[in-house]
This record gives sequence, structure tokens and C-alpha cells, in this order.
Amino acid sequence: MTATGARGAGAGGAGAGSAGAGARGDASDIEEYIERNQRKDLLRFLTCGSVDDGKSSLIGRLLFEAKMIFDDQFATLKEDSMKVGTLGGAVDFALLVDGLSAEREQGITIDVAYRFFKTEKRKFIVADTPGHEQYTRNMVTGASTADLAVILIDARKGVLTQTRRHSYVAALLGIRHIVVAVNKMDLVDYSREVFNKIELEYREFARHIKLEAITCIPVSAVVGDNVTMRSSATPWYRGPSLLEHLESVAVPDPAEGAAFRMPVQWVNRPNPEFRGFAGMIASGVVHPGDAVRVLPSGRTSTVARVFTGEGESREGVAGQSVTLTLNDEVDVSRGDVLCAAKAPLMVANQFEATIIWMHDEPLLQGRAYLLKIGTQTVTATVAPIKYRVNVNTMEHLAAKRLDLNDIGVCGLELSSAIPFEAYRDSRVLGGFILIDRLTNNTVGAGLLHFALRRSQNVHWQALDVNKRSRALLSHQKPCILWFTGLSGAGKSTIANLVEKQLHAQGRQTYLLDGDNVRHGLNKDLGFADQDRVENIRRVAEVARLMVDAGLIVMVSFISPFRSERRMARALVEKGEFIEIFVDTPLKEAEARDAKGLYKKARSGQLKNFTGIDSPYEAPEKPEIRLDTTKLTAEAAASRIVAHLRAAGIIDVGSDLGI
Amino acid sequence: MSKLDYLQRLEAESIHIFREVIAECEKPVMLYSVGKDSSVMLHIARKAFAPAKPPFPLLQIASGWDFREMIAFRDAVAKKYQWELLVHTNEEGVRAGVKPWTHGAAYSDIMLTQALRQALDKHGFDAAFGGGRRDEEKSRAKERVFSFRSAQHRWDPKNQRPELWSLYNARKNRGESIRVFPLSNWTELDVWQYIHLQKIPIVPLYLAKPRPVVKRDGRLIMVDDDRLPLGAGDRVQTLSVRFRTLGCYPLTGATLSTAADIPAVIREMLSTKYSEREGRGVDKDGSASMEKKKQEGYF
Ligand SMILES: Nc1nc2c(ncn2[C@@H]2O[C@H](COP(=O)(O)OP(=O)(O)O)[C@@H](O)[C@H]2O)c(=O)[nH]1
Repeated sequence: MTATGARGAGAGGAGAGSAGAGARGDASDIEEYIERNQRKDLLRFLTCGSVDDGKSSLIGRLLFEAKMIFDDQFATLKEDSMKVGTLGGAVDFALLVDGLSAEREQGITIDVAYRFFKTEKRKFIVADTPGHEQYTRNMVTGASTADLAVILIDARKGVLTQTRRHSYVAALLGIRHIVVAVNKMDLVDYSREVFNKIELEYREFARHIKLEAITCIPVSAVVGDNVTMRSSATPWYRGPSLLEHLESVAVPDPAEGAAFRMPVQWVNRPNPEFRGFAGMIASGVVHPGDAVRVLPSGRTSTVARVFTGEGESREGVAGQSVTLTLNDEVDVSRGDVLCAAKAPLMVANQFEATIIWMHDEPLLQGRAYLLKIGTQTVTATVAPIKYRVNVNTMEHLAAKRLDLNDIGVCGLELSSAIPFEAYRDSRVLGGFILIDRLTNNTVGAGLLHFALRRSQNVHWQALDVNKRSRALLSHQKPCILWFTGLSGAGKSTIANLVEKQLHAQGRQTYLLDGDNVRHGLNKDLGFADQDRVENIRRVAEVARLMVDAGLIVMVSFISPFRSERRMARALVEKGEFIEIFVDTPLKEAEARDAKGLYKKARSGQLKNFTGIDSPYEAPEKPEIRLDTTKLTAEAAASRIVAHLRAAGIIDVGSDLGI
Repeated sequence: MSKLDYLQRLEAESIHIFREVIAECEKPVMLYSVGKDSSVMLHIARKAFAPAKPPFPLLQIASGWDFREMIAFRDAVAKKYQWELLVHTNEEGVRAGVKPWTHGAAYSDIMLTQALRQALDKHGFDAAFGGGRRDEEKSRAKERVFSFRSAQHRWDPKNQRPELWSLYNARKNRGESIRVFPLSNWTELDVWQYIHLQKIPIVPLYLAKPRPVVKRDGRLIMVDDDRLPLGAGDRVQTLSVRFRTLGCYPLTGATLSTAADIPAVIREMLSTKYSEREGRGVDKDGSASMEKKKQEGYF
């Protein structure tokens, strides 16, 4: 073959490879060509095979026959074939696609490489992935964006362990179309029996893992049989050549027919009049006027305008990057998901998921990672690991950790609830990556199965989850805010405002109010001194449990005695007790007398009333002192929240030192 | 419902990448090489953030040997879109008298690679958009969309983060920066078709026109100004040529061509026998050279 023939007919079939045909005419043709070319759709496929199955040879040949190889590249290829080729100096197409030099020296492909070619009918992006078990993660990466997988089988060897592994991973990642390329047919005399036997065995196995759309093709990557053209060497084979199949197979994108969903990527606010929500539509269609719901907040609105790359549009479709404006001023930020109001997705914070581990450091139960899904990142604790899958036999094995390339099914607990879909329904809203919080590496990938209900998770209490891990999940340090002061000082009002602010920020809080507790837990207690002590003891114990549960607990009790407050302080760790003295002079509190209690006490109807006939011991060194004669309740609450922030109680992000 | 064709899908993916960087990085910049890929990137960036302006400046590494038309085009573009333009030259290199023909392969290292590092360090950019495509060269085929560089701007092909779905992990360690390639999945032909369909302005050097050239090592070098040393045997001819890629004029080979508009360029492309990098002097040493360059921090 001459160099100039490189982009012409390939060796395997005269006139094979239709790319560019019709494009060599004159100027009027070219506009037509561009027009035609533009309307092509895109097929992304994955090729997997183990070393020496002939994967590189096959892709190299596809590229060559699709006329994607230029003369200078062909010249280099010929030189390389002489130097390092495996075909005794004949052109070795495998060398076209072997990338990094280190890999080339070892003679194996160890990373995902992406290749591009087009024919008259379609445009293709090929994810070329290595096949050994130690490269499962690379295959998973390649499979994550593929619509179809080409699985190579060496005709001489038949269905092997690796074939099963490749098929399992493809099925797991949601690839619905499989092409089994039975390669090296030239080495088995193009035997129909050999091919049929392999096909039968494969189909039998595929049924087990619920792979349905399967096409088996006998090929020879090196000779070129059935790669682009049907070969006369296999007259018994009636099906399409590999390329014909790739060009014609229908791979409907399930996202197109599904309900509208769009993770918000970025809020576009160029000026006060415009507030657009930018993102790529994960599924469905959106039009102006459509009712949408914002998740997780649940607020609804209608779409005002849809902008695409071409400006304002009447619709936005799955796969398109758009900017939407809404008719109402609803709160929407990065990480939220906009969805069809009538078909909202679920929101949850506990899941069962498949995890594929991609890092040398193993995944451990109970360890917290960052989880990125759609456009948001949350903290996730992986626990428990239900089982690990033997990727060769699909057996379930008990496991306490996942090592590099392991695939396992685990429970996941997130720091906050997220809108999601099962991975099998949506790759965008069900696929996630795990990021190591220290090294920032991507250490794992995952597929959400379904949300777990708390009630179904009794086994979770057996886990090594403690105050720190809970705190980590909720991005807060648990603590007690102990409000003390006279009756009517403003404790409950301020505590309430603080709780509201914290709640709005997504903090997990609980308010123990003196009056309320006396209705239940402490209804057996009166107001004698020993009862007051017991009252505070019980409340302090409850508060301690809640701190252990990871909450920010507000205790709003008069708690007049220093010793009881000191006892409460001693129950929790240093820094977890924040004493807030709501300092309102008796005169002022009595003047307010919101509940008419001072009046009753003064008239003797109420006995042992603090400040009147029972002492109040003001704190000596409270963490916060609020002079309510100078501060409004709102200002007082803000002071407390500011204190919490300064003390690292809230907004602690990932810096808990764990 | 309309189905997206492949160029629309590529565009959507590129927009998604731009927005992801803006959402997750602190100080991005776009490397503006003035070439066709840069023109496409700029066009897509404007779409990604419309009606807002793209929230990052443009950075051009000027070697001092850029084609004059590139500089004029660069300035016109920045002015037209009122886009902040940073231009950086390795002044040490200039002072040391580094010229395209004096230092061999070290020239591009000093005037492009080093210059780029200097500029990124000087401004403290943590992410830089580049126009690289996976189809350009074999070693690029495994390049990530978000490609991390150490504090020394080195690329470690052995230690790349897996990229799944359209989820990009943009979290950096101290000192690290990211090169981001929004056009990773585009091919040369895609770029030309997109330029044609979207009517994107490009430097006229891409279109054929009679230009003064001399033959050097089998390549046609344009005499863009009088700094190009001409020997006694050099014969300046005026030939109808265009460029497939643009760089420093003394190192960029022209192609004989009559393609004076974009459809004609596409037609030539479809029948050409040589790959895009053929004209680039920089890439001529061995098929693994690009990879070596990248490990050293060349974009
Ligand atoms: N006879 C024959 N040899 C093949 C065929 N396909 C690949 N080979 C050879 O098998 C070896 C491995 O091929 P390669 O494409 O590098 O395999 P990869 O490791 O899967 O990429 C090489 O020596 C190829 O020439 C084929 O269809 N027939």
C-alpha cells in the first residue's frame, strides 16, 4: 500500500469506509455536505478487551477505514510498525492508538483514551479502556458516558472470566447495548461452529445479568473481515459488519422521554433585573409557562423564559445547557434541582448504593467522604458495607472495606438530604463520585439504588458512629446554649429566634423550654429547692444526650442556682456548654410581666417565685451576657449566632480536625 | 421535541464545563492563543454566561514572533467584547536574545512554556481554560477535561483523577492549578464546521491569500516582517497560502491553498493527507514529544 492510499480504501475491503465520500466534489457540494454532516447524531461507545484480544488493532483499523488517518500519521505508523510492531513489519494498526510512551513500552493500554471518528451516518466517540481486572476503574470511567459497549473475545479462547467481568461492569453502568466482537476469526479458519458456540455461551450468560440487546459479530481486526465490510470469508454470517451495526443501531436516550429535571449549576445575576438559573438539562423538556418545583426546598414557580446557546427559545431539551428564569422570586442556588412540578423527584439522605473503589487507600466503613452528585457536594459516611461483588463470578462476599477496583454495595448517610433518582433511571441524578477530604482525590464512584427509611435501619446503631461523626455529617459542633435569667427576662423569645436562624441555615437544633418540660418529663416536680435541682439535673441529662446526638441544644430555664448550672456544664465536654445570661433587671421583668406571674407572686398566690421569694444567683462568668434593656431580641439572637460562628460551632465545613 | 445534533451536544458539554469552573474555582483565566480553537472557546464562553459577561480575563502569551495579523485580531476582539486582555512575554528570554532560530527546541520552552508559567504565577490564577483537543495528538487522547498541574506546573500522567459522567472534581490542593479543556471532545473538523455555522470571526491567516513566503526545511515560512533572516539563497515568493495552525511565524509552515473561505477550507480538509500538527515546528521531534512537553508544563 502506498502512503497516498492511506485515507483511501483500506486494506480490508476495497471502497470500504464511507467517510468523506461526497465531500470531494466542488463548492456547491460542500455546503450540502456540511448541512448533512451537521445533522448527524453522536454515538459514544466503549471498547473493552484484555491485553492481546486485539482491541487496539480493531480500533486502529476502524479509524483507518473511516479515513481518520492522515498520510504523515500513516508514515509514522509504518515506521513504528517496523520498529515495534508485532506483525513482522507489516502495518500494525494497534500502534495508532497506543498512547502514553510508558504504556507503549509495556505494550499495554492502561488508561482510558478517547478517539473520534465519523462516517456518512454518524459521529463516534470511542472510550478505549484496558481490560485487566486491575483496570476495572478505568473501564468504569469509560462506561460512564457510553451508550454501547464493544466487548472483544478471542475466538481461540472463547468466553472467559474477563468477558463476564466486562459484561457485568457494562450492565452495572447502565449500558444497554452490547456488541460481542469475536476476533481473530482468521486464526480459527473462520469456523462457523466456533463462532456459534461462543455466541450461545455468551447469550446464556448475558441472560443472567439481564443484558438484553446483544449483537455478536465474527471479525478479524488484523485482516479486516467484517470490520467495515461484510467479509466473503464468513459466508455463513448474515448480520451486519461491525461498522454497519454501529452506524445503524438505535440507542434512544431514556433521558429524552423522562420528566424535566435540571441541576442548577450557576446563578446568573448580571444585574438586579435578571436572575437566571443555568444548568444542563438532565432529562425531559422545558418550556416557558411550565410549572416547576425547586428541590430540596419544595418551592414552586413557573418558567418565565428559556435561553439556549442561540438566545431565547421556545424549549430546552435533555442534554442542552440552558439558562431559565422563573416568574417568582424563589430561593434557588447551585446544587438545587429544578424539576417538573407534577413529577418531582424524591429527596433523601440515606441510601443504598453500589460503590466502585478507585484508589489505593481502601474505603472504610464509617469514614466520611465528600460526595458530588449533579452540581452539589455533601458529606457522606459509608456504612455499612453490605457486600463486595466478585467481579468475575458475581458472587457476593462479606467485606469491611473496599480496595482498589472493588465493587460493593453499601449504605450511605449524607450530611443533608438531596434530590435524587435511581441510577438506572438517571445517570445524572443517580451517579456520584466520592472525594477524599484530605487529598482531594477522586477515590470512588457510585450508583444510587434507592433511599433507605430510618425505620428500616435498625442495624445502623451497631456502627461505630459517634458524636464526632454525627457532627461531621451535620457541619456543626454540637453544644448546649444554656439560657438563664429571671422569669420574663426574654430567654424563650431569644432562644426561639436563635433556633429559627440556625434552622434556616440548615443546622440541627432542639429547644428545651422550661415550661414545656414541666408539662411532661418533669410534671412530677414542684418548685421547692430540691425539686428545682432535680428539674435542672434531668434537663441537663437530656441536653447531654442531645449533644451526643449531634444537636445544638437550647435550654431555656430560669435555672437560678450556680451549682446546678455548674453541674450541667460538667456533663459535657469543654467548649460544649455556652452559658447565656439574659440580663434583665427584676424591675424591668416585673414591669413586662407577660404571663402575669409577678403579680400573682407579689400577691402571694405563687410561692417560691424566683426574684421575689426565691433567690436568683446571677452567673459570674457567662460566655455571653445580653443586656436586654439595651438590645432588641433580634439583636440579641444575632449576637449569639455570631458568637457560635466565631467559636467554630457552626459553619465548620470540613475542618473538624478529623 | 427536537433532538440535539452532535455539534449542539458538543457545545452543551463545553458550556457545562465553563460553568462548572466558574462555580468551583476562585480565579480562572482563559488562555487566548488567537487561533481557531480560541475563537471557538471565546464564542462558547460568551454563550455560557449570557447575558452576563464571562467572568474571567483573557491571557495571551506573546513570544514577540506572533504573526502581526494575530496581534491585530487579538486587540480587535478584546475591544469588541470589552474583555479584559492580559498579555505576557518572557522578558528574560527577550533580554537573553532568545529567537526562534537561535535556541532550537528550547525556544518554545522559554518563550511559551516558561512564559505561561510566569503569567499564571504572577496573577495567581487557579484555573486556565485552554483550547486543547483530544484528537490533536495521541498523548492527548488520555488527557482529562480538568487536568491538574503541581505547583511546579508539572503534569503527572500516572496520577490523573478519574472523570466519570459529567462530574468534575475541581478541588485543588495547595499550590495546584487546573488546566481545563472545554473542547476536549471536539475534532478539527467539528471546529471548522462550528465556525462556519456560527459565523465565528477568525484570523484571516486561516484563509488563502497571496503571501510572501520562503522555503525552509521543506516548509513554507511567511516573511511576516523584516526580522526573518534571509540568506543569499533565499528566494521570497508570493504564493497563495493559508495556515492550519498558528504560532510563531518563523516556525509555522504554510500550506499552498486557494481556499479563501471556510467552506473551501473544509473541503480542503476533507481531502488533505496531512494532520494538523504537520505545520507546527514545535512538534516535530518524535511521536512522544507532545507528551514530554506536557509533563514539563507546556499547555
Ligand atoms: N491473526 C490475528 N491477530 C490479531 C487479530 N487481532 C489482533 N491480533 C494480534 O493480537 C495481538 C494483540 O493485539 P492488540 O490489538 O495489541 O490487542 P489489545 O491488547 O487488545 O489492544 C497483536 O499481535 C495483533 O496483531 C486478528 O483478528 N487476527
